[in-house]
Amino acid sequence: MSTVVESHDHGHHGPAKGLSRWLFTTNHKDIGTLYLWFSFIMLFIGGAMAMVIRAELFQPGLQIVQPEFFNQMTTNHGLIMVFGVIMPAFVGLANWMLPMQIGAPDMALPRLNNLSFWLLPMAFGILISTLFMPEGGPNFGWTFYAPLSTTYAPSTVNFFIFSVHIMGVSSILGSINIITTIFNMRAPGMTLMKMPLFVWSWLITAYLLIAVMPVLAGVVTMMLMDINFGTSFFNAAGGGDPVLFQHVFWFFGHPEVYIMILPAFGIVSHIIETFSRKPIFGYSSMVYAMASIAILSFVVWAHHMFTVGMPLAGELFFMYSTMLIAIPTGVKVFNWVATMFRGSITFETPMLFSIAFVALFTIGGFSGLMLAIVPADFQYHDTYFVVAHFHYVLVPGALFGIIAAAYYWLPKWTGNMYDETLGKLHFWLTFISVNVTFFPMHFVGLAGMPRRYPDYALQFADFNALISVGAFMFGLTQLLFLFIVIKTIRSGKQAKPEVWEGAGDLGLEWTLTSPPPYHSFTVQPQVK
Amino acid sequence: MAYIRKVFTGFILVLPLIFSSLISSESSDYNMPIGVTEVSESIFGLHMLIFWICVVIGVIVFSIMFWSLWKYRKSKGAVAADFDDNFWLEIGWTVAATLVLVWMAVPSTQVMVEAYDDAEGEINILITGHQWKWHYEYLEDEVGFFSNLSTSQEQIDGEVPKGEFYLREVDEPLVIPTNTRVRFLITGNDVIHSWWVPDFAVKQDAIPGFINTAWTNVPEPGIFRGACTELCGIKHAFMPVVVRAVEREEFDAFIAEKVALAEEERMLTSKVWTKDELMARGESFYATNCAACHQANGQGIPPVFPSLVGSQITMFDSNKHIEILMEGVQGSAMAAFGESYSEVDIASVITYTRQAWSNGEKGDGVIVTPQDIVAYKNRIDL
Repeated sequence: MSTVVESHDHGHHGPAKGLSRWLFTTNHKDIGTLYLWFSFIMLFIGGAMAMVIRAELFQPGLQIVQPEFFNQMTTNHGLIMVFGVIMPAFVGLANWMLPMQIGAPDMALPRLNNLSFWLLPMAFGILISTLFMPEGGPNFGWTFYAPLSTTYAPSTVNFFIFSVHIMGVSSILGSINIITTIFNMRAPGMTLMKMPLFVWSWLITAYLLIAVMPVLAGVVTMMLMDINFGTSFFNAAGGGDPVLFQHVFWFFGHPEVYIMILPAFGIVSHIIETFSRKPIFGYSSMVYAMASIAILSFVVWAHHMFTVGMPLAGELFFMYSTMLIAIPTGVKVFNWVATMFRGSITFETPMLFSIAFVALFTIGGFSGLMLAIVPADFQYHDTYFVVAHFHYVLVPGALFGIIAAAYYWLPKWTGNMYDETLGKLHFWLTFISVNVTFFPMHFVGLAGMPRRYPDYALQFADFNALISVGAFMFGLTQLLFLFIVIKTIRSGKQAKPEVWEGAGDLGLEWTLTSPPPYHSFTVQPQVK
Repeated sequence: MAYIRKVFTGFILVLPLIFSSLISSESSDYNMPIGVTEVSESIFGLHMLIFWICVVIGVIVFSIMFWSLWKYRKSKGAVAADFDDNFWLEIGWTVAATLVLVWMAVPSTQVMVEAYDDAEGEINILITGHQWKWHYEYLEDEVGFFSNLSTSQEQIDGEVPKGEFYLREVDEPLVIPTNTRVRFLITGNDVIHSWWVPDFAVKQDAIPGFINTAWTNVPEPGIFRGACTELCGIKHAFMPVVVRAVEREEFDAFIAEKVALAEEERMLTSKVWTKDELMARGESFYATNCAACHQANGQGIPPVFPSLVGSQITMFDSNKHIEILMEGVQGSAMAAFGESYSEVDIASVITYTRQAWSNGEKGDGVIVTPQDIVAYKNRIDL
């Protein structure tokens, strides 16, 4: 029986040759690979924009770019990193790992999967093309507050709106696929509370995406109407309300923030238990903590808007609800530490990135807690303190989670071990440069430097020079990561099925060969 | 090994001291300014309280984590224990986290209530954010003025050395009296701006169609510098806030002078102006208020900021020209200037742009006088 399945497999359903393999693929691994490479390319494009920003800010005065282009750089850097790097990378990881972790042959809706991916290059092609148009690209910040993004925007804003719509469709289709897969294709015996934490994190993330992406689509559609069809949703002169924009945007935006961190929670949980050789501490509280964070994310949005002039009761409500998020987040950090406690710990590259994740994400959490304190936020709001905060949760947070996942699962994906020495070198260079870049931002922010400034007063000069040096170092270091990934794909020590010592018991993906067969599980495994 | 451990523990213990020396020194370049008002001092205290709570929690959590990583490393032969939960421990740290948050919430609420107070002030000032300058109007005395960045373009471009207050200086600062409750009514004229003076701990968004309030009561005279903190377009970084707090007598003298100037201005409206007078006044007005978008050479940055050189309106249609200046252009960045500037200013800048850059030779060269602007206003009023 099994030989029949085998020959059937290789006879008809192996990967097609050439470009059509990628264009028409419905295979979860191929699509996962596409997502990951797309995100990797976008990381370098968005990163190049960050380099332009840091080069301009290296010293006071306008040297390299004019403010108009600087604003396009900050805007597109943010949009690309959020929608083009972090989100697609997590979807790519989900594509690769979910079927393998739940014992399924593929995703539930493979053609939809293909569509979800191929929408993305279209969306970003449109977005990036605006930079080459006469009026320039979007220049109103990644949060695109009206009326700067409507009445006062360059006409290329219409391309931006269209591109956001396409990204939204892609995310929603991807989420539908993920939810369907998780609910219908788990191996027999894998009850919800036996699912790997990465699967849990993605189940919750997918619901968040389905809930808030339509809100984003709504807000850009209202912009489209204001710009082209004479409505006044956000135009005070026509009876509209510019603050409404911010409420709708952040009702999307705050859950979006957790969309970008929850899958990293799942990844880091797996890596810490693997390299501590000890099961994750408090599995069920990890699940409940992620669910609480997701639910709370819908009632904290206005903490991004403490200075718009809310009534006292509103300010206090959003302060308290935001502080509440520290509880489930704290529980997760305590659980990770308790997992390491009395383990048997080794320090391979994925573990190093995960330890750095726990430490530095917690620092980002602390500054988040400080930002939640309304009266103090009057001083922090829209300064580099905020920039430091969200880069600490997004770079050593989300991005470190993704890099750790890449090192952790690359041997599984490619069948080759990565070069451990180079991996450690990559880690230490990244760890040092990320802190040199983002830690001083706390100080310049507190000292009073507002964000999105192409030029600044002289007292901020020293820190800005230091930050720029750190940023260049961080940017260059990621080329090393690219080299390591390519080297691992092409060669390397043959990886065993379980790859990491003792990982065989930790998840179904480690029971498959490295690299795994094209249709992961053709026979459903039994989970005890 | 013991030595490394000692150094490591020592480092962990010394870290907070390094931080505290960096951060709690007065007038630090690394920390939030303490400011000069009661509210700003309370906020600074709150900020430091929350900061230290975070530092203590961080030190505890990270110590346990790094100690575990050190103690239970496999290379030393650590064997993994086999536990994966502990009910009371989990309940314990959840409750502990909640209690710490309550401890933070109580003083935060107190400071917030102290800072939030929208009762009338003795002095009420309407602050309007424009692209890219601030307008201040003293509501009791009905006088107002614009406050523009005074740092020169040469300094920004690096052609001359940068001054001490690079990008933090204006041609005319806001003047407020000391030991007086001053209320700010803050709004925006075009896009959203945000008015921030760190030393007062006042940051409030300036939103078109809304009037937000903030207040302060400054005990000592001094000059306080702030910034626009909401992205408002190209010159977001170039519209600083400068406030000069002065004794009450000096403030009264300042207001009296402003009132007299405004009266003089009203007189000017009825005066008969020569072309040269209008041109001179228009040129300086243009440099301050128009050149940011339309550029000093009038060429603008098409298509966002249209060129004024050789345009049909600037050459042949003076009525349309007046209307655009007075009402602005819907759906574009061109603001309505009619409410904010005197008839003399509007007339002189129209005259200037109709004459400059050879518009005068090629077009009709019509001279628009303040009386024309008054006539336009009267027509609209009817």
